[in-house]
Amino acid sequence: MDYLYYPGCSIKESGIAYEESLTAIMDVLNTPLQELEDWNCCGATTCISVESDEAIALASRNLALAEKQSNSKGTVDLVTPCNACYLTLMRATHYLSERQDIAGKVLPALDKQGLHCDNRVRIRHPLDVLVNDVGVKAISDHVRRKLTGLKVACYYGCQMVRPYATFDDPHRPTSMDQVMKALGAQTIDWSLKTKCCGAALGSLLPDIVEQLCHDILREAEKRGAEVVVTGCPLCHFNLESNQSAIRKRHPDFKTIPVAYFSQIMGLGFDLPPKKLGIQRLFIPLPASLTAGAGKGGEYVTA
Amino acid sequence: MTERLNRHDARRQADFDLNFGKEVAEAPGGENLYECIQCGACSGACPMSAYMDHTPREIIGMIRSGMKEDVLRSETVWLCASCYSCTVICPRQIKITDLMYSLRQRALKDNTYPKRIPLPVMARDFYKMVHRHGRTNEGRLMTNVYLHTNPFDLIRQTPLALKLWRHGRMHLRQESVEKPSELRDLMQSVK
Ligand code: SF4
Ligand code: SF4
Ligand code: SF4
Ligand code: SF4
Repeated sequence: MDYLYYPGCSIKESGIAYEESLTAIMDVLNTPLQELEDWNCCGATTCISVESDEAIALASRNLALAEKQSNSKGTVDLVTPCNACYLTLMRATHYLSERQDIAGKVLPALDKQGLHCDNRVRIRHPLDVLVNDVGVKAISDHVRRKLTGLKVACYYGCQMVRPYATFDDPHRPTSMDQVMKALGAQTIDWSLKTKCCGAALGSLLPDIVEQLCHDILREAEKRGAEVVVTGCPLCHFNLESNQSAIRKRHPDFKTIPVAYFSQIMGLGFDLPPKKLGIQRLFIPLPASLTAGAGKGGEYVTA
Repeated sequence: MTERLNRHDARRQADFDLNFGKEVAEAPGGENLYECIQCGACSGACPMSAYMDHTPREIIGMIRSGMKEDVLRSETVWLCASCYSCTVICPRQIKITDLMYSLRQRALKDNTYPKRIPLPVMARDFYKMVHRHGRTNEGRLMTNVYLHTNPFDLIRQTPLALKLWRHGRMHLRQESVEKPSELRDLMQSVK
């Protein structure tokens, strides 16, 4: 199966380690991602706060580009690793099929530019592809450095599972947990895996977001997680970059590293840390996790 | 954040706009507005309700009563983090999150958005950047927003920016689509 890839702006910037590690593990799994040509920013939750029809047109252009670029005459899979982009592109597909008033404007406008949207695009989160297409069996077959004993907290955030996704449960999802277990790691059971981190409010209303992030991180720490694992550049950014401020307010809070699920997978596949963007993390991963990785070194739990 | 609306703020009939509810119901997200049973499940699920001036349930009630001014000036509409907890829990399938977008659009158009919080400014700056280039750049966007709201924040955020830079997680290159003017035409033509 062919997978087109919609990166989104964040993953090209603060989330670059996500792209690096995702590309690396998908190559190992023989499921290469092909970047969508000339993609545009999906508009997130922000453009739709200004104007709906324009926001849907903006997001839909990417759907039309995907239909054009794909060799498939049927369904086109567009893999979207950022939760916000995932939600936004998914929302466009829903609006186009549910709101005749909006579709009636957007589709002809795309047509005029030689772009057509026939509702053939399926928006897929990489975790959906990993669990449902690649399969956990294939993932465990590629493990070269079993992460036995590593305790992780899988943090999904909101928009990966709400409101449109059908590949996992909106409150108690398990796909990331399944992937981590396939690597030999242990996942903690907690109820905050889909609690919102405060999203784009992060840089503007720091007090609120710090508090939301504190609740999440504190719970992960309390339950013995060594690493918080995410699948979204924005979730990652919030949970990681707020920790110094949280520590000022709560001196008893210990920092906890936050990584992408694809980075942990790469370490389990014994890929070199540099290829996975590990050096880009603000809070270093436990030394036991990175020591000897990429050189056939075995993982020994701390 | 502001005080909740209480009895002392009771509105007079003349302050109400009875068409407001109908208008909101027609915009995306408003589909099931009149099905709301005021159960409060949305407010309970909302991670932001504690910081809002009106809870999501109150906002729905206020829309239906025609309290246009209060709704369009409320911070609630902008504090919504788009987490969709309310939408998936609502027993009446009301798309509360989408409703918040439609209220933001109204507030921006009518210039009634709350001026004390920077979120409306950020929405506009983001929109402009996408309009111009088709892509956003996080560093540049935040610089614009801080300059348009509180330039002091720019100084406060400098250490974080430097850290991102050192870790190769920030660049100031403005990426763009091949033909930004075509994208602009597309957006104009659906307006
Ligand atoms: S939602 Fe955010 S990350 Fe995704 S394309 Fe838009 S700006 Fe970029
Ligand atoms: S957890 Fe935060 S960043 Fe992640 S999807 Fe939810 S709101 Fe967005
Ligand atoms: S959960 Fe739905 S029905 Fe209940 S108060 Fe909220 S909007 Fe109304
Ligand atoms: S989507 Fe907005 S209103 Fe609904 S629960 Fe989340 S923050 Fe609250």
